[in-house]
Amino acid sequence: MIRVILPTHLRRLANSNREVEINVAAPITIRAILDSLEETYPMLRGTMRDQTTMQRRAFVRFFACGQDYSHAAVDDALPDLIATGAEPFWVVGAMAGG
Amino acid sequence: MANVRVLVGTRKGAFILTSNEKRKRWEVSDLLFPGWEIYHFNASPVDPNRLYISQNTGWFGQIVQRSDDGGKTWNAVGNKFAYEGETGTHQWYDGTPHPWEFKRVWQLAPSLTERDVVYAGVEDAALFRSGDAGQTWQELEGLRSVRGNLWAPGAGGMCLHTIIQDPRDANRIVVAISAAGVFRTDDGGETWRPITKGLKSAYELPDPDADVGHCVHNLAMHPKRPGVLFMQKHWDVMRSDDYGDSWYEISGNLPTDFGFPIAVNSNKPNTVYVIPIKSDSEHYVPDGKLRVYRSKSGGEKWQALTEGLPQENCYVNVLRSALAVDQLDPCGIYFGTSGGQVYASADDGDSWRALVRDFPPVLSVEVQTLE
Repeated sequence: MIRVILPTHLRRLANSNREVEINVAAPITIRAILDSLEETYPMLRGTMRDQTTMQRRAFVRFFACGQDYSHAAVDDALPDLIATGAEPFWVVGAMAGG
Repeated sequence: MANVRVLVGTRKGAFILTSNEKRKRWEVSDLLFPGWEIYHFNASPVDPNRLYISQNTGWFGQIVQRSDDGGKTWNAVGNKFAYEGETGTHQWYDGTPHPWEFKRVWQLAPSLTERDVVYAGVEDAALFRSGDAGQTWQELEGLRSVRGNLWAPGAGGMCLHTIIQDPRDANRIVVAISAAGVFRTDDGGETWRPITKGLKSAYELPDPDADVGHCVHNLAMHPKRPGVLFMQKHWDVMRSDDYGDSWYEISGNLPTDFGFPIAVNSNKPNTVYVIPIKSDSEHYVPDGKLRVYRSKSGGEKWQALTEGLPQENCYVNVLRSALAVDQLDPCGIYFGTSGGQVYASADDGDSWRALVRDFPPVLSVEVQTLE
């Protein structure tokens, strides 16, 4: 299971805990995590990436293992610690957005 | 006994204010959707328990929420607003071509006759229709084909902010766009035409014959007199007696004819309300006084309504979707301000009181009268 930490607004929207666990088929990539998140929580569609272009929303950031993955290629494999569930994948609202 | 439910959208969430027909004691709900901008909070005229909310933030974009139990519980419905076909470009603030980009839903207008039909006015300006209570949305793309390449945004964005449905003819809809103008369809949204004859925007539009580009702020119509439309424009209060085919000015003795909202008394189709603000570059009420203006003659002659409203040190604004009326007699009028107050009158506007004073800035006010 992949662990994902959601920001407050998305947690409330999804009626979930701060940290959620989702099934993601390997390879564990940003795209795969977002696909699974949106399938598990359909109300999150459009909140992290544009539904038409599938580009990350400008004021949403992604972090993994203390590093900013917001500009990483969405199909590149994430660190093993994310894939094993040892570390969570973070979805964060950028400070610039609010 | 009737109940009144005031639906308030603010910059930091939504509220429901409830009273009975006496409109003296009000209950205020908890904050709904805390932290989200609620551009519109509206109700279905067909099913009073069906409510819709446009919920938006810069971080996470657009959500549309629907309640089927009068606001007790909510579910996020469809939020994909995809422009149809080759979207092309519109004008940007600097006159350069700019691609169409969806930003937010400004207005949710449930059908007057069909429970599951709802229209959405969006930014960048377009009109969408849902036939499944908001689960999916389809653009009525004929609207943007009316010289959409020439449309340009106003200061608040290029938004389709007002949707007027004809109660006698479901195929006839009038919409207003800032700053493209006012348009009408007579065939259910298939084709549209600008209805701007008589509008004058000398400072904003160099071409006096231009039929798109007028900055229309708001429209109002009484359901018993659908051919008569009232308009608050970027300067000028206007009126049409032929469903928008032609317009004439009714600003009359208003201290300033700049403002955003306009509304019609629910019992008196010729009684109109506006809330003037100082100017296009000074979006606050003039002279430090919050005054609603009422015309009982359908325009031209306006009376300042001040009892119960602050008459000094007041510098608020009232946005275009933040003025509404109930269906009781005398008519109740409600508006919300940029300062977070919601004011109400239960006597056609003769006197006012603040229902709340410390809300976040108010973006939207709608009212349900529940029998």
